[in-house]
Amino acid sequence: MAYSKKVIDKFEKTLQEPEKHHVGRWDPSESDIGTGMVGAPACGDVMRLQIKCERRNNSHVISDVKFKTYGCGSAIASSSELVDMLKGKTLEEAKEIKNQDIVDALELPAIKIHCSVLAEDSIHQAIKDYESKI
Amino acid sequence: MQLPIYFDYASTTPVDPRVVTKMQECLSIDGNFGNPASRSHAFGWKAEEATEEARLNVARLVNCDPREIVWTSGATESDNLAIKGSARFNKGKGNHIITSKVEHKAVLDSCRQLEREGFVISYLDPGSNGIVTPAMVSSEITDQTILVSLMHINNEIGVINDIESIGKITREKGIIFHVDAAQSTGKLPIDLSQLDVDLMSFSAHKTYGPKGIGALYARRKPRVRLEAQIHGGGHERGMRSGTLATHQIVGMGEAFRIAKEDMIQDNKRIKSLRDKFWDGLNDMEEVYLNGDREHRAAGFLNVSFNYVEGESLIMALKDIAVSSGSACTSASLEPSYVLRAIGLKDELAHSSIRFAIGRFTTDEEVEYTIGLVRDAVGKLRELSPLWDMYKDGVDLDTIEWSTS
Repeated sequence: MAYSKKVIDKFEKTLQEPEKHHVGRWDPSESDIGTGMVGAPACGDVMRLQIKCERRNNSHVISDVKFKTYGCGSAIASSSELVDMLKGKTLEEAKEIKNQDIVDALELPAIKIHCSVLAEDSIHQAIKDYESKI
Repeated sequence: MQLPIYFDYASTTPVDPRVVTKMQECLSIDGNFGNPASRSHAFGWKAEEATEEARLNVARLVNCDPREIVWTSGATESDNLAIKGSARFNKGKGNHIITSKVEHKAVLDSCRQLEREGFVISYLDPGSNGIVTPAMVSSEITDQTILVSLMHINNEIGVINDIESIGKITREKGIIFHVDAAQSTGKLPIDLSQLDVDLMSFSAHKTYGPKGIGALYARRKPRVRLEAQIHGGGHERGMRSGTLATHQIVGMGEAFRIAKEDMIQDNKRIKSLRDKFWDGLNDMEEVYLNGDREHRAAGFLNVSFNYVEGESLIMALKDIAVSSGSACTSASLEPSYVLRAIGLKDELAHSSIRFAIGRFTTDEEVEYTIGLVRDAVGKLRELSPLWDMYKDGVDLDTIEWSTS
């Protein structure tokens, strides 16, 4: 597997400094938290993404993010990359994030595109969960 | 201690320095470069002498007649020749072949090819310990069975099949018994004068010899007949044509000579390293040893670290060279078919790492790696939502996973 330097860097930094890279979790029942969990252990990857949101004017803004991912190196790097993209975005802006953005940012190899798809799914689920609470 | 550390001896081994020296003597103008098939001059005679000495060394390791050794390009070719060669030669007697689901792809793909030619193959499920028992073989035999092909040591988990007992069954029924012994030379004593094995595949590069050379043992009494797969000159008594690669053959011979000499000492040391390695890991939570604990070759440690995906663990262990049963390390994106065949859940197959210890592994390397593995597994579990759920007491089997 020939990963780009970007994937390896992202993976290693996330592993070495988990807190700085938003590894963690919140209580999913809190009203300002949206949780998305996608993937399956049998398939080799599970991502759990949580967004903390606050109302600003007429929109909801992602003020903080936490995640945990079980999966290959590129799955972990993809979630971590997504987390970087999310902070400070409104929900509307976050919905616009496409898996291709992650593919481009990390230069994912073709065989690992599904990791980016999973990451995209995780934000959609998290937003859906949050929106069901407001 | 040098980094990275090699823990993938079941994949291939470095050539022993003693072997390198021997091989170098068979290449250049001032060395033994002749064609062993040249009968008209001293260059040919000398080369033939070297390949015959090598043949004797291979035969001595497994206690057979050197005339029963056929040089090939490696165990893959040996498996092809043994399986396709014997099945096609004997197709008048029957069309049924027995093998197992955990064989090497060289065996499985050869069997698939024979299926396309009309042969019927039974693929045995081993026990959860990875072993195919004599009873499992017995129960599949029909009056159409012409060949049984099983491995001696499994290349992923290192478990050992009882080829002595299985051979007694096949011999009594007049069925050809082929054993893929690519992993077992130098790891287990093999005495073909006592075993009822008709065909046995060998590889040099798993036993500190060079890549690109192997051999097939083909029994003379009772004689096993094969249809050649490669034609062109009738070398190797017609079973495998092609100019003998003197330097490769000499390398394999020397590697097998050393294997015979050093086997007992080597394995004693390797086994103690493996036990030390496992002792350093087995007190961790949710860590499983794959394959039978007792009937296992010395160098193998196949371990599943639950809730951690194997490829990410390999990436976290960047100074350590190992293999994983994880889908993400395979081109097919499927987890190890061997681990699945022994009944491991997919997630444990994804989480598996094979540490294979060998002749040049040191105590220091094992100690260092234990520390590294414990640290990496700990860090990856901190990152794993499954570990959280396990710690919260959630039964993962009860969750409906959303797969995209």
